[in-house]
Amino acid sequence: MSAAQDAAVPGRFGPFGGRYVAETLIAALDELEAARLEIVPSEAFQRELDELLATYAGRPTPLYHARRLSEALGIKRVYLKREDLAHTGAHKINNVLGQALLARHMGKRRVTAETGAGQHGVATATACALLGLECEIFMGEEDLKRQAPNVFRMELLGAKLHAVRCGSRTLKDAINEALRDWVSEVRTTHYCIGSVMGPHPYPTLVRDFQRVIGVEAREQILSKEGSLPDLLLACVGGGSNAIGLFHPFIEDAGVRMIGVEPGGEGLDTARHGATITRGAPGIFHGQRTLVLADAEGQILPAHSLSAGLDYPGVGPEHAWLEKSGRAEYRVATDAEAISAFTYLTRLEGILPALESAHAVAALRKLAPELSADTLVVLNLSGRGDKDAPLLHDILNRRSDRRGQTESVLA
Amino acid sequence: MSRIAACFAELRAHRRPALLPFVTAGDPDLKSSAALLRALATAGADLIEIGVPFSDPSAEGPTIQRASERALQNGVTLRQVLQLVAELRAQIEVPLILMGYANPFHALGSERFADACAEAGVDGVICSDLPPEEGSALYGALESRGVDGILLAAPTTTPERLAMLMRETRGFLYCVSRTGVTGARTALAAGIEAQVRRARALGDIPLCVGFGVSNEAQAVEVGRFADGVVVGSALIERIEAAHTPAEAVTSASQFVAELSQALTGR
Repeated sequence: MSAAQDAAVPGRFGPFGGRYVAETLIAALDELEAARLEIVPSEAFQRELDELLATYAGRPTPLYHARRLSEALGIKRVYLKREDLAHTGAHKINNVLGQALLARHMGKRRVTAETGAGQHGVATATACALLGLECEIFMGEEDLKRQAPNVFRMELLGAKLHAVRCGSRTLKDAINEALRDWVSEVRTTHYCIGSVMGPHPYPTLVRDFQRVIGVEAREQILSKEGSLPDLLLACVGGGSNAIGLFHPFIEDAGVRMIGVEPGGEGLDTARHGATITRGAPGIFHGQRTLVLADAEGQILPAHSLSAGLDYPGVGPEHAWLEKSGRAEYRVATDAEAISAFTYLTRLEGILPALESAHAVAALRKLAPELSADTLVVLNLSGRGDKDAPLLHDILNRRSDRRGQTESVLA
Repeated sequence: MSRIAACFAELRAHRRPALLPFVTAGDPDLKSSAALLRALATAGADLIEIGVPFSDPSAEGPTIQRASERALQNGVTLRQVLQLVAELRAQIEVPLILMGYANPFHALGSERFADACAEAGVDGVICSDLPPEEGSALYGALESRGVDGILLAAPTTTPERLAMLMRETRGFLYCVSRTGVTGARTALAAGIEAQVRRARALGDIPLCVGFGVSNEAQAVEVGRFADGVVVGSALIERIEAAHTPAEAVTSASQFVAELSQALTGR
């Protein structure tokens, strides 16, 4: 089992994980590991973090019984874990508050982060503003152009932005550039990775900061329903919101866990980000995990309409949860996610992030196989306001093609 | 004795440091690479590092990133790089070292890659993102075939770890001169000499310095305290600036000849 593996070899999840980095970073990773083991569990750190999560980030987030969604799916009890209601609009804040606080305890005054769509960048810039830390964000040039509102938000928050002009100029290259920066400024800088990925101790560190999602969900469902859920669902890019929900339930054999990967334009095309479903073991961004690569070992660009899932690797613990059979991974395409976005919006008055809409889409597909009594918890990892302009463009294009002037949302 | 060990033994006998130029295979193109590597050997390279292109070269500065991108655009694969070495092995004597990232080596498989290296006549392999703790399969496979697995040490490396790296490396220890990525710099990193002296006290294996060595004066300075000097980005800048592949070969080998003359005091 994952927990046992984890305890046996820190940073290893079965054959996945590890520290595949340039020698310069080994000392920094050792320092971070020592801080993870000594500072994070300390009472002072935990008290400070809990206080911030409660009074600043808005935790605990509600566990909401989505009755109209449940009825539409023919399942009586579908609960949404409302991470969309956390400060900055997604679960990302749980991780960045933990890491920024840790950076301050470690005496690092400068915090860097990569970002794709800008959500992790905004969250990091927020935590740095709160704690008075210098913040620099690496973002692919292509993403910078596409995400102007988030770029402005990061700048408002006082972060310095670096446009990344190498490789595919997207998230994976932003991570490369953040790693290069960290190698150069390692003594003064904490690199705040945005997901459960990268070299050890990051996958464990970030997971432990995100576990609060599952810990709360567990208490909430037990108090509301008096039993554990039958099924957990969450979207998986790097996989931090999913591991945050799953991890406190891993030892509960009766709880089925499904991660939902981005199917992009379809698995029969080259344009998807289904790393677990279609990837193979490889070494990338400091970890051994499942990656999308060609036969020569060159990393392939991922594709998803949702920038938060657009990553050609996946957290090593997910690779292990799949290999060990503890969790299942399914796929939702761009089109299915868009459809689920409007579906949930109309049924519940909740705009899900396009990322989270992948989990909703997977539940829609799965629902006919489920008994009406299935108790479901779906992690609504973020809010969809950020995606409204993109959805507007896509739906208007469709409407133009059909020669319609009215909405095509139905 | 491995070809690398023999090379350093001979250089030590003549009390002169080794010159190790680095170029990326397939930049500007694979055919020119063969001509370029032969010309570098003739111009005075004592060992040659051949970069294996990778899509995500996170330890490289902009110059070597661009070289890697050009090579990948040319469709260069690890198998082709191994063929290039096999072809050169019959023509030149200098030790040939592959330098790259773990995933392309892993994609071929440690055992098959090690077999292919031995067969092609590769003398050493440097893997930028494969510390010894993660690399036992690859480094073990190389060692069993007589190919040197060359490790790196950094300015941030602790004394205990430096001792471990000195024990585990084969051929030589690659001392990274600065906390940073590859790239030409106007000044040498402070502290590199002290780092090399610390390593020297721990063992006899040759110590080569790279990252940021960009001109004759810097090479000569490094050569006073190290067994070898690696010059990469500054050389690739010359290849990049050339208008034709033929000019790239001439310009790069001219630069290596100048560096070699400066180092040997000829």
